[in-house]
Amino acid sequence: MSKLKRVGLFLSLILSFSAWGGALKIEITQGVSSAQPIAIVPFSSDQVVGGLLVDIAQVISDDLARSGRFKPLSRLDMLSKPSSSEQVNFRNWQALGQDNLVVGKVLPASNGRLTIQFQLFDVYKGEQLTGFSIPASQSGLRAAAHRISDLIYEKLTGQKGAFSTRIAYVTSMPGRTGAVEYKIQVADADGFGAKTIVTSSEPVMSPAWSPRGDKLSYVSYEGRRSSIYTQTLRSGQREKLHSFKGINGAPAWSPDASQLALTLSKDGSADIYVYNVITRSFRRLTRSYAIDTEPSWSPDGRHIIFTSDRGGKPQIYRIPVSGGKAERLTFEGVYNARASYSPDGKRIIMVHRINGQYRIASLELATGFTSILSNGSLDESPSYAPNGSMILYSTSDGLKTILAAVSSDGKVHQKLRLQGGDVREPAWSPFKQY
Amino acid sequence: MKTYQKLLAGLCLSSALAGCSMLDGDEQAGGNGAIDGTNGTNGGASTSGLSDGNNFTGHPLDNPASALSTKVIYFAFDSHAVEPQYEAVLAAHGAYLAANAGVAVIVEGHADERGSREYNVALSEKRAKTVQNLLSLQGASGNQTEAVALGEEKPVVLGHNEESWRLNRRVELIYPAH
Repeated sequence: MSKLKRVGLFLSLILSFSAWGGALKIEITQGVSSAQPIAIVPFSSDQVVGGLLVDIAQVISDDLARSGRFKPLSRLDMLSKPSSSEQVNFRNWQALGQDNLVVGKVLPASNGRLTIQFQLFDVYKGEQLTGFSIPASQSGLRAAAHRISDLIYEKLTGQKGAFSTRIAYVTSMPGRTGAVEYKIQVADADGFGAKTIVTSSEPVMSPAWSPRGDKLSYVSYEGRRSSIYTQTLRSGQREKLHSFKGINGAPAWSPDASQLALTLSKDGSADIYVYNVITRSFRRLTRSYAIDTEPSWSPDGRHIIFTSDRGGKPQIYRIPVSGGKAERLTFEGVYNARASYSPDGKRIIMVHRINGQYRIASLELATGFTSILSNGSLDESPSYAPNGSMILYSTSDGLKTILAAVSSDGKVHQKLRLQGGDVREPAWSPFKQY
Repeated sequence: MKTYQKLLAGLCLSSALAGCSMLDGDEQAGGNGAIDGTNGTNGGASTSGLSDGNNFTGHPLDNPASALSTKVIYFAFDSHAVEPQYEAVLAAHGAYLAANAGVAVIVEGHADERGSREYNVALSEKRAKTVQNLLSLQGASGNQTEAVALGEEKPVVLGHNEESWRLNRRVELIYPAH
């Protein structure tokens, strides 16, 4: 077998989804052969009258495949379909080259509810690694499947899974009248169950999650001027932040949810301000005649990084939240913008221009080492998964804009397509959700 | 308010330019412009009266022979400098605003799609503010102009090439009452 083949770059796994609200189609365009083989046997549901609305094992399998860390076995290659430990013949799974095995079943519980039981095995040791019994309803089966994916992922990688999180993004497409409609949608991390939270005939942009994941702040040009709104997802109610003349943009929540960093140009050029949610007061953080925008908080809440062209070209700077001197962080290239921290605070990701192409790059803060993670020409708006495993961003695809994801090591690439319109500015939710 | 309007009307009359947008409705109601049958194409005001040989009978902002008819100016990449060929255009608009104190204009800045979106909003605001300043140098007052920054959110051309980008890096002068 040639080396190239062994590296096996093209997994070309196409997962085609159809959900209620304009689904995103996820396509893994480049994977790695170092992914762990795992067999996820279809869960039995013989005792559930009418069967299940969701193929739980398929959801888990798709989740794990998308992470790039796992290579789920095709069902066609399975020699048996056990649903509990006593039915498992480990030698069969060893022969298929599988490291791990997941089996499970769904049982009826009281009041029309269901119980999902699953077990994760080490195939070579013939041992159970973990096993859970999870209550669920028919309408909550997808959520339950994502929780199982989280448990499996954490057990096998030592890293918390982010399959139960959500993504927000902006779409634009011609509406019924032919005029462009701008929307912000929220979907599960796998693109399912997209729901529109705001629709406008004028642009909406810059969705930003609150640290608890219960609210989204965003910029809206309704009335032809920019304003920042904060919308509670569950109720749909929103509050307009006091808006000033000029730019009202780039909202970013502090990790403790007490403050919102934003960009205002009321005092001349675009500068970073911090809005205190409790005292409802604005404090100016940067003072330059240049553009200062795109604030983002360090995970410890002590610093804000931002884009500034004070040196002539846009570069990333860091300033203490309490104020003080801004320090330049990026020196590679003539264009670095829209930076944000990795969840562990060790690196920042940003839009980086290289040879005229705009790509997603990561900068390791301790070493100053920059690595290019994406391979498009108009890539922008990078957003880390809360566990730091993946980065979502937008990229051009012909005349359209679509979402793409890359593993934080740059090895696994995916594209997420929405039928009929542009999708951009993805924002991955935090873990905590209410 | 009434005195203010009277004052504005006076300013309009004293100016050499016809067609103060505040008075558009009245002029139409008077039906003056309909006599020669060459109304403006967009249902706006249609006055005439410049007796200097210019036989354009539409609104001065629509006069193809005037620099006022140009309402979009274009910029170089990552630049907010107004290029020399647009200086006469902005001088004309500035003078028009100075002569018509009741007219307001929205100075709408735009950027091409390259780079990050909020940075492009700030860049497009710099463009709009440069134009705003040039208008005020001609005598337009601060409350006649408003800079709005739309970044790359409203392209006029979709396309990932130099020609599309050139057309999208722009400032539009929008006269809401026109």
